[in-house]
Amino acid sequence: MMKIEAIIQPSRFESVKEALLEIGIEGMTVTEVRGHGRQKGHTEVYRGREYTVDLLPKIKLEMVLADALVNRAVEAILKSAKTGKIGDGKIFISRIEEAIRIRNEERGEGAL
Amino acid sequence: MKWMGVVCCCLMILVLTAFPLSAQQSPAPAAPSTSTASATPEVSQAVREKLNQLEQKTTAAQSSADNAWMLVSAALVLLMTGPGLALFYGGLVRQKNVLAIMMQSFALMALITVLWALVGYSLCFGGSGPLIGNFEHAFLRGVGALPNPDYAGTIPQTTFMIYQLMFAIITPALITGATAERMKFSGTVLFMTLWFLVVYAPMAHMVWGKGGFLNASQGGRFPTLDFAGGTVVHITSGVSALVCALYLGKRTGYPKQPMPPHSLVLSIIGACLLWVGWFGFNAGSALASNGLTSSAFVATHFGAAAAAMGWSLAEWIRNGRASALGAISGAVAGLVAITPAAGFVGPMPALAIGFIAGVFCYWMVTRFKAMFGYDDALDAFGVHGAGGTIGALLTGVFAQAAINPIFGKGKRVGGLDGRWSQVGNQLMGVLIAWGIALVGTIVLLKLVDLLTGLRVHEEHEIAGLDISLHGEEGYNLES
Repeated sequence: MMKIEAIIQPSRFESVKEALLEIGIEGMTVTEVRGHGRQKGHTEVYRGREYTVDLLPKIKLEMVLADALVNRAVEAILKSAKTGKIGDGKIFISRIEEAIRIRNEERGEGAL
Repeated sequence: MKWMGVVCCCLMILVLTAFPLSAQQSPAPAAPSTSTASATPEVSQAVREKLNQLEQKTTAAQSSADNAWMLVSAALVLLMTGPGLALFYGGLVRQKNVLAIMMQSFALMALITVLWALVGYSLCFGGSGPLIGNFEHAFLRGVGALPNPDYAGTIPQTTFMIYQLMFAIITPALITGATAERMKFSGTVLFMTLWFLVVYAPMAHMVWGKGGFLNASQGGRFPTLDFAGGTVVHITSGVSALVCALYLGKRTGYPKQPMPPHSLVLSIIGACLLWVGWFGFNAGSALASNGLTSSAFVATHFGAAAAAMGWSLAEWIRNGRASALGAISGAVAGLVAITPAAGFVGPMPALAIGFIAGVFCYWMVTRFKAMFGYDDALDAFGVHGAGGTIGALLTGVFAQAAINPIFGKGKRVGGLDGRWSQVGNQLMGVLIAWGIALVGTIVLLKLVDLLTGLRVHEEHEIAGLDISLHGEEGYNLES
């Protein structure tokens, strides 16, 4: 089992979700987050006072998948989230020890 | 019909000159109409009665029309404080202080109303002293359905009283823009109570009160043209705001920490309500519903529009963008500046005054404030103090006898009319308003600081005034 964490542009979220649904991924956890990498923020001016906003809104998707699905999921995210500009985000993949479904205490890939 | 026409003409003249129709005076004006009929005493008696009835009806009709407009105006001016100013300021503060700033406006609606009923109205409009009123109308004694001919001869004094109250409410509320996000609620309540009695009441009496020595319509020593309260409302509140900002000191973290407005959407709604309410403020200041009222209404609207464009243009040139906050700030600055001029200028001078005020106030809140580094949080001084001052002076330049022959028929009024000495009178009014506001505010701040304290603790300021002073939050979006 692997966990995919993808931090993406909020504007790409709908198409990423659709692309993942197309390859049969139905479960995901989504969080609205703020952050910055190499993308610089922007400045806002209120009555002559300038503020630099360097933490920008992003969407973080988290999903835990069976090993066989991981490559296709990554491809789907790359294809649907890419705009080619700085600020498109990142994907992190990590190994997961165990998964347990709370309802019936099922364990392993079957719980996903 | 012809007979009616003649009688009506005579009646209008009589009503306008406001002399009671006595038995001795009636035969003369009525003579042309009775001459064709028989001149027996019974007929002339009947005509007299008819005239009396008509006079009463005419007076009643005029009073009804004026009273309707003045009551609407009173409501419009209240609308400026709540929700207008409350939303305008509420949107400009950070989320954690939104209730505190709105509560200050709302609390003043209640507080000043009670003070007004007890002594406020009397201190502003009682008696005929040069500096301040007296206790003639304390507890609203003698204020009823009969007009007070010293101020508004066609509407019940009750209407005049409630209309003037709304001005007294918004004036201290404007100051809260400078003290926002760091002043105690207890200190605010006490300070505003004293400020209303010590600064507002004398200033209102001097400019508008009978015998007041700045009163232009009643032969004051230095007749200052102030149609709707540029000096009384905007200079006094704006200058006091500056003093408060300096005395309180900067907000914790200012200017390093970003403190952007939490909702310009609220501010835009607030500014639009201010704009609409201002029609009651300025056009209502005619204290009647007539041609001058319409003229003031138009000047108000044009001043606001030109100022919104002036500010936006200045911003566009300097920043490369025109912002929503800039446009609404400009409109408010224009409304402030046109306030003293509204009943003295036509539409073209109104455009000029508005445009100048828009550019000037933009410079005041961006460059001037940055130069001196004071923290006038929501620019109460930059908009009301600066806009009020430039508006009062420009009123002296642009006032036209053609719009309002306030000094008598055929007499010139403003600078461009050929009476440049009026600019000097305006300057005098401005200096006195500045002086009273400066001295009064410093003394009162010192006093209130000793009694209740003025500034909240730093940890309260950081936590936000909503939680720490009122035990509430503006937005419980997840509840």
